[in-house]
This record gives sequence, structure tokens and C-alpha cells, in this order.
Amino acid sequence: MRPQQGTISKGIDWSLFWILTGLSTIGLLAIFAATYREGDPMLSSWIGFKTDYSKQLYFFLLSIFLGFIVLLADSKFFSATANLGYALGIVFLFLVFPFHSKIKGTESIIRIGAFNFQPAEFVKLFVALALAKYLSLPDIDFRKTKAQLRAAVLVLFPALLCILQSETGLALVYTSFFLVMYREGLPASIPVIAMAAVVLVVASILVPPNALAIILTVIALSLLYVLRRSFKRQRGLFTTIVVIWFLAIVVQRIAVPFLFKNVLQKHQIERIYDLFGKDNPYRSSNDSIKPAVEGKKKETGSSYNVRQSKIAIGSGRFFGKGLLSATQTRYDFVPEQRTDFIFCTVGEGFGFLGSFLLLGLYLLLLFRIILIAERQRSTFSRAYAYGVMAVFFFHMVVNIGMTIGLMPVIGIPLPLISYGGTSLVTFSLLIFILMRLDADRQMVLR
Amino acid sequence: MLAYVARTMSVYHQARSRTIQLLLLVAFAVILFRLFYLQVIDGRYRQLAMDNAVYAKVIYPERGIIYDRKGRAILNNTIAYDLMVTPAEVRGIDTLELCRLLEMDTADFKKRLIDAIVKNTSVRPSVFRGLLPKDLQARFEENAWKFPGFNLVERPLRYYPYNAAAHILGYVREVDAKDIERSKNFYRQGDYIGKTGLESYYEKVLMGQRGVQYMIKDNKNRLVGHYENGDFDTAASAGRGLHTHLDAELQQLAERLMSNKVGGLVALDPKTGGILAMVSGPNYNPSDLTGPNGSSNYSKMVLDVTGPMLNRAIAGRYEPGSTFKPLGGLVALGEGVISAGFGYPCGGRYNACGHGKPACTHAGGGHAANMRLAIANSCNSYFSHIYRMTVDQPKFKGVKQGYLHWKEYMNAFGLGVKLGVDLPGEISGLIPDTSVYNRENANRWTSCTNLTLGIGQDKMLTTPLQMANAMAIICNKGFYYTPHLIEKIEAQTEQDTAYINPYRRKHEVLTGIPDTAYRSVIEGMNDVVKFGTARIAQIPGIEVCAKTGTAENYTILDGRRIKLPNNSMFVCFAPKENPKIAIAVFVQNAGYGATWAGPISRMLLEKYLNDTLSVRSKADSARIAAANLMPAYFKRLQQKEDSARARQWFKLTKDSSYLRRITHAPNPSSTPDPGRPKQTSNETFGLMATRKKIVQPHFFFI
Repeated sequence: MRPQQGTISKGIDWSLFWILTGLSTIGLLAIFAATYREGDPMLSSWIGFKTDYSKQLYFFLLSIFLGFIVLLADSKFFSATANLGYALGIVFLFLVFPFHSKIKGTESIIRIGAFNFQPAEFVKLFVALALAKYLSLPDIDFRKTKAQLRAAVLVLFPALLCILQSETGLALVYTSFFLVMYREGLPASIPVIAMAAVVLVVASILVPPNALAIILTVIALSLLYVLRRSFKRQRGLFTTIVVIWFLAIVVQRIAVPFLFKNVLQKHQIERIYDLFGKDNPYRSSNDSIKPAVEGKKKETGSSYNVRQSKIAIGSGRFFGKGLLSATQTRYDFVPEQRTDFIFCTVGEGFGFLGSFLLLGLYLLLLFRIILIAERQRSTFSRAYAYGVMAVFFFHMVVNIGMTIGLMPVIGIPLPLISYGGTSLVTFSLLIFILMRLDADRQMVLR
Repeated sequence: MLAYVARTMSVYHQARSRTIQLLLLVAFAVILFRLFYLQVIDGRYRQLAMDNAVYAKVIYPERGIIYDRKGRAILNNTIAYDLMVTPAEVRGIDTLELCRLLEMDTADFKKRLIDAIVKNTSVRPSVFRGLLPKDLQARFEENAWKFPGFNLVERPLRYYPYNAAAHILGYVREVDAKDIERSKNFYRQGDYIGKTGLESYYEKVLMGQRGVQYMIKDNKNRLVGHYENGDFDTAASAGRGLHTHLDAELQQLAERLMSNKVGGLVALDPKTGGILAMVSGPNYNPSDLTGPNGSSNYSKMVLDVTGPMLNRAIAGRYEPGSTFKPLGGLVALGEGVISAGFGYPCGGRYNACGHGKPACTHAGGGHAANMRLAIANSCNSYFSHIYRMTVDQPKFKGVKQGYLHWKEYMNAFGLGVKLGVDLPGEISGLIPDTSVYNRENANRWTSCTNLTLGIGQDKMLTTPLQMANAMAIICNKGFYYTPHLIEKIEAQTEQDTAYINPYRRKHEVLTGIPDTAYRSVIEGMNDVVKFGTARIAQIPGIEVCAKTGTAENYTILDGRRIKLPNNSMFVCFAPKENPKIAIAVFVQNAGYGATWAGPISRMLLEKYLNDTLSVRSKADSARIAAANLMPAYFKRLQQKEDSARARQWFKLTKDSSYLRRITHAPNPSSTPDPGRPKQTSNETFGLMATRKKIVQPHFFFI
């Protein structure tokens, strides 16, 4: 069953296209609001490719152009070239090391002439395709640990390269692919254990070590007491509880301090402690943290960002101040407000109502993608669709969560809204490819 | 089989899809709740955003103008220029040329630039050099285009067209912590406030209404535009003017005559209580406190032992001496203890108290045969005696009751009480209470104990203002209006009546004394001018009434009691019928009343009544203005103060340069102070910045 050539609109889910266009337009307006200065000539600054919003506009047009090329392509092209693309992506990530130029603390940007782009940003597209390809292999049994490990390596290897480029935020994005694996049969115990581990780490940060150890011990002892009659029937139960208790103590007393002392970098530790509003106990006394604002002592960069971001969003109230009347975002109080903190512009300018509508648009997009995913015949298309959904979801939750103080400051863009050419093109292509695959949903791709 | 697997797998996957959807919904719900809390429930953020981004810029109104009785401005506003710098915008300028233009060296230039950055960051403008002198300002303006980052900013200044009336007008200075506290935070750091004089008394009228402009600022605190198009702005309204009773020319003349003298002078209109002139010596030029050297002049004046900042006209304590005699006479006549024809056989001494004191300049010849003669001849015995007669009246149960009754008269004359002039810092002088005499005399005393009160001595202390007002009471035969400067307030409001009303009220304090009594005292004072000690005050065509006074005084210096030259005093009013002006002049340590205070009074009378000086007075005025009567002991006092300060400075800083200068100064009278170039004061300023609480010493030798 081949799709008829010539009419690209056949079978295309245009709702995705309209949501994409809508989000990109909101993004353009937000960047405009954040960077427009009174007196700039309106038309020429939009088309001049000088201002950020003008550049973003051109990138948006480029995305549409590339998107239509994708829609004209054959679906099989994407499954056929998935592995090649993955390899290409890895090569790009390696290319960064000799060619990178340092911009704002990241070492992940390649500069070619006037353009610079960030491989870490678009490699997730290849990873989504490659993971889908791997999961759709006919002889794969994803219930086997070996297959699970292979999939994990497939996903985590580019993440590792991102970490080496000091792009921890983009590296974390790759963990969202575990959602795809979960959908495709990864045992539920693994995400549960992962969640438990996260809870334990957070508890180790928040609760004094000795108190936490006592709490863990009390929990373990009471479990042993409650389940004392079951031990005869289930031999392993006692051992399991004791082992889990032991592991938890090890994590809490040894692993977490080790993580903070030897693995994480200073600014990452600061950000994590800022999120919980606690003083960083790992800060050595001779570290001078430069105050972001004169007269504010001991304020770290990220907590200043988050405070300003919360002020901007909070001051928007229910209806917002209007796009160009937003004082906080318009006058540079929020750093990085066209890229990572772009949500502030929406929150301040359009208030709760605007934020609610934007979130609604995202939710619509994600549910639409799930709906599309579940109607695919081929595992490749479904896994890819879940990959797209997971990446969007992770970016959105972490980015907005960061601006409102629910997440530590992790520098990842808000999909389709944040300023940045690579990011806009990547997110658009993710969706366009999905649209292409969905148009051929009756076809079984391998 | 395969179909079965596919179906079960599908169901299995269906569940997982639901789980994922649930995860999405939960995440969105958490974010929405958080947003709802931040944006709708928690109201703090709007204010925080306002604090962040909106700057309330205070617009200062022009202060009110002060006019004299003829509508001439004696205190006005002018514009000075501060040279501002925005260090970040200073690029590629010819530093040498700028330094040459501003007459500074490059080291100073660099220091000021660094100071500006430290104080205000490099993106915000700060004062590079305040109050640029006129010529430098003009020179800079011509070349301003060469120096990006530098610009001139207007700064309103107080301006004194007559360079006169410093003590009356007062001065404005930046508010200090106390002012802010007292005003319940109405004033803010950097505001100016009237500190003394009319500037302080009428602060609320003169200051006007501050305006506020709400400006949007960016993350570096730069102002980028009006907030909400200025809808919330309030306009500043200028301070209202004051019309005073002062006569600018009379005031100038009085100040010239009092130059280089210590003392006080008040001339007022007895019909209204309006003050025509008021001088305190030593005086200063009010313009010295504004302008580039204002601060250093101020600190010098504060440390000057002669007290140029003190308004002796309302805060000087002087024994009135013989100038008091007309009042003593009126009290005795009013009480009816004597009649105007009462005479006292004075033989050159008052012997009734057994010690032959006080002595009298005249002896016999019936020089005190009646009140008129007694005043004309200023008989000490006569007035001591009638004081005793007043307090020893048989109707009183003893001298204490009698004294209290006499004291009531004094208070009615305005002595020993504050009159309520519209200037801050007025003192009440002193008419002691009986308790003072009780304490000093073991509760047993007679009218002989303080009989010299009758001739304005003993413990009696008055201010020039009080004596001028007492003259007004005599002119008016018993009533007065509280002496005041204000005539009217521009665009007077309901609240302003609180300022004005006290001066519209007639105080009929001594109308109980019969007219005849006033008549004989006035005639006596007229005789003083005609035949007596105040002949110097004769003005052809004008009947002047006056009384001279000469008071001995002593001071203790270096542990020794030394006698100082007498205080020269003169009170007068004219014309005799229908008086238009009453004057009291006190010149400290000058000599006889008729020598200095007398001619000064005469010239003021001439100037006010004839609007010009006679040929004789012109010559006199030049002589008197040129005379330096500053008491010599002030030099020694100043030296003692300076060296004490230098020792204190040495103790705190181990810097002996000041101490050496004091001890090596060959002669303390070597004038002004050549050895203190500007550089020194800059160095010490730096020192002050590093060592707080150490006040920089100012030294100068008079």
C-alpha cells in the first residue's frame, strides 16, 4: 500500500501543523516583546535579520521549507536512514570537540562562518529515529535485559557526549526516551526504582543525614514487624528488605555526598540547593560567588534568575500586563529571557490566562501525538511518535518548571518558543517527520 | 496464537499509554497550580515588580522668594551647574584638555572618575564636580562636544541679591538623620531643608510641593522612560514667597555699621511690631554658604569662637544697664509709689543701703529733682531708690512678694520671656525668680540685695530684640505687637493664618500705667538727646528720644578674671510724637554707649526717616564701619580651641602636622591662614573616609 505520489496533503494530519504554527507565532511575539526597543522601525526590524525576532522569523520560514521537503519524502527514507543518521549525529557531537567555540559557558556550539549551531540540540532527532528503528527490529524481545541495555546505551551514549560538552541540560533530555521504552515494554519496576532513587536523593538533600538514617531504619524495622508472618512463606522477603535498607543508607550516606563532592560541578550544586531554598553545605569558604546584583549578598546567579523570573510571572496576575507593558521582561530584569526564560514574557504579558492557554496548546499537542502514536500499525512510527512526545514533554515541563521555581535551573529551551535557530528547526522537523510517517500509517515500516 | 499475543499486547500497551497520559495530566496540573498560586493568589509579586522597575523620581520645586517691605527680593533663586559624568560613555577624550579647562590635574581627574564609578557604577551619571564656577562652566559649555560622557546639570541655588540679612534669612542644607526622623520620613536623604532663620521657620511655606515622576528603570537602574505615560505623576508646585517688614537698604547700612563688631541690633516699627532691620555681629555674607566653597566656609564658621552663626539680636544676653531706666521709672509711676515730680537728693552715691553703692556720675545740683531730670541725667541713685520703693511697698508682705510683683511688670515689658519672633533660636533673657535670691542669701534678703536691678544690672539679662520691643511699648504707651518679620505670605491659605495671626494681636500689657507717666518718661528720653548723654543722636528736624547705656563686663581667661572694655548700648525711638521706628543697639566691649551704639542708631534713624544720610553721618558711617572692635581676647580663645582640637586630632590619627602648625605659629594674630592649600583638605577628606567619626579640624587664626 504505497501512498499516492503528487498530493502531499493526502493523509497528512494538519492539526499538528496548525499547533506548530501557533506555538511558533507565540514564540515570535514573545521574543519580540522581550527584545523590542521603543523607536525601532517596525517593518525593517522584522525583515532585516538583525534583531532576534527577525532571525527567529527566518528560521521559522526555514523550518516550514524543510518541513515541506520532509512531507514530500518517502516514509521509508526515515526508517532506512535511521542508523546512518544516528551515526552522523554522533560524528557531529564529536566534531564539536575540535571546532567548538565557547558561548556562555557551553562548549557545544559549532561555528561555520556567520552561523553557529548546536549539534546537541538536533541529535535528539536522530536518536528518536534510531531508537524507534531499534525497537521495531523484528527479532527484538524488549522484555529481555540485553535488549533493554542496548536501547539504554543507544540513548545514553549521546547524552554522555553532551555532558562532556558541559550541556548537562540537553543530556538530561535523553532520559525522556525511557518513556518510549516504557511504552514499548520496559518493566514498570525500572521507572519505579528510578523514582524511588530520585526521592531518596532529594530526601538526602533536604533531611539531615542522621535523621534520614533513623527514619529509613524505622521504616525498615516497622516493615519487618508488619511482615513478620510472611517470612516463612516468602524466604527472600526478609533479605530483600534488609538489602534495600542497606542500599538506601549507602546512597544517603556515601553516594549522594560523593556525587556532590566529586561529580557535579559547583554551579549545578548551587542550582539544586537554590531550588530547595537551602544553603549549599558543599560550598567551600574561599569560593567567591559573585553577587548578581549589588548589595544582595550571597545570592547566586541562578537564584537571582529564578527570583526575577518568579517576580515577572507573578506580577502578570490573572490577565497580564499586555505584551509591551511588561516591565520586568522588557527591561532585562530576567536574564536569558529570550532563550531559556522566555516563558516569563508570556507569564508577565498575558498573565495566568495566557499561561493557561499556552499550556493548553502544549497539552493538546502532546495528546494529539499520543493519539497519532496509538493509531500507527508499525512499531517504528509509534515509537518515534512517543519519542517526539517525550522530548516535547520533558523540555516543556523542565523549562516552565524552572521559571516558576519547581525545577532546578537547567538550560534547555521551551520547544518552538525559545529563541534559537537549531532548536526551532529541530522541534519543527520532529513534528514534520511525524506527520509524514502518520500519513503512511497503514504501511508497516521496518 | 499470534493474534492472541497481538491482542493481549495491545491491551497491555493500552494501559501503558493511559499511564503516560496520566503522567502528562499530573505534570500539567502541578504546573498550573503553581502558576495559579504565583499569579493569582500570591499578591507580593506585583509590588516586587514595581520596586524592580519603577523609580519614583522626586521633582523639587523652586523654593519661595523672600521680599523686603518695598517688594525687593532679598532672597532669590538662581541656577548653578553640576558637571556630571557617565563613566561608561567617556571614550576617546583629550583628558589633558579637559583638565586644563577645569583647572585640575590628571591625578585628580582620575580620582574623581574612579570615585564616580565606585559610588554610582559606570553606567549611571554621578557628580564629577559640583557647582562649577561661572567661568569654568562657560568654558566647558563651549567645548562640551569634545567630551562625550560629561554633561552639565542644572541645580537650583539660593541667591542673595543684597548679600545681607544672613542671620534673618538663614540657610538651607541637606537634611540630616534627625531632620528625617523629626519629619516622620517626609524628607529623604539628599533633600534640602531650611536650617535656621526664615528658611527654617517658614520651611513649609517656602519649600512648596514636591512632585513625583514615575520612571521605568531597567536592570542596571537606568531610567528608560515614563511609567504608564506619566498618568500617575504629580506636578511640583513652587514654594510661595514671603513679604517681610525688612528694609533692605536699612539692613545693609546696619550691617555695614556693625561690621567687625560683636553685638546685636534691632530696629522695628512700633506701630506694627514689624522688624525693619536686625543685625548680629560678627556677621557673614549669606552667599558664602552657597556655591563651591559653601561647605568649607560652613565648617570654618561653626568652629569660630566669635560665633558668626549666632544671632545675637535674639540670642545675645546683655545687661541692659542704664537703657533700662525708663522702664524702671514707668513701673514706679504705674504703681503710684512716686509721682512724676518725685525727686531724690543724690549726692553722687546711693547711701541708703549702707555701702554707698551704686555711685552716680553726677553729684547734687538737683540732677534728679524729678523723673524727667533723673532720666536725662541717668541718675543711678534715683532709679535704685525707686526700685526699692516699688518692691518695698507696704501693701506687700515683704520684699519677696514685692519682687514678684515687679517681675510681673518686667515680663509684661517682654523681659525674661520669649517674645515669639518668627525666627528660631530666640532666648528669654533673664529676670531671676525669687528662688535664686533665696538660695544665694540663705532665704534672707532685702531690696538692698538686688537694688542694682533698678539700673538694669544685677542678674538682669536682655536681648537687643527685647529692648527694642520695650521701646515700642513706651512709644505706644502700653501696648505692642509681637516683633516679627513676616508681613504677608503669597497666596495665603487657611493654614497660613497660624503664622500670621499671632502678629496681628495687640498686646495691651501696660496700658494701666497712666499716660502722664509715659509722657514724663518720653520727655526725659527726649531731654537725654537734647541735653544729656545722647546728644550724638540729635537729628535736625526730628525729635529723637533715646537712652544710652554702658555696662562693665568681665571674663575669665586662663584662670584670671580680666576686665573687658564696656558694652556700648543705645535705645531710641523717633519722632517723639507719632514714633515710626524704635531701635536697640548693643556693641560688646566697645566703650561708652554714646561713642558707638549712639551714632549707629542715629544713622539708622536718619536713613529710615529721611531716606538719606546727612553729610556728617556719611563721614561717621565710614569711620564706624571701618572700626574693628573685635575683642582681643577672642584671639586667645580661638588659639586655645584650635590647639585642643589639634591635640585631639593628633591623639586619634598620630598626624602631628596640625599640632606643629599651632605651636610654631609665631603670632596667633597672623591673619587668615596661608598655610592651608586646597590639596590638604582633599587629603584629610580621604582620611575622613577611612577613619569614621574623626572630624576634620579646621584651623584659622583671627
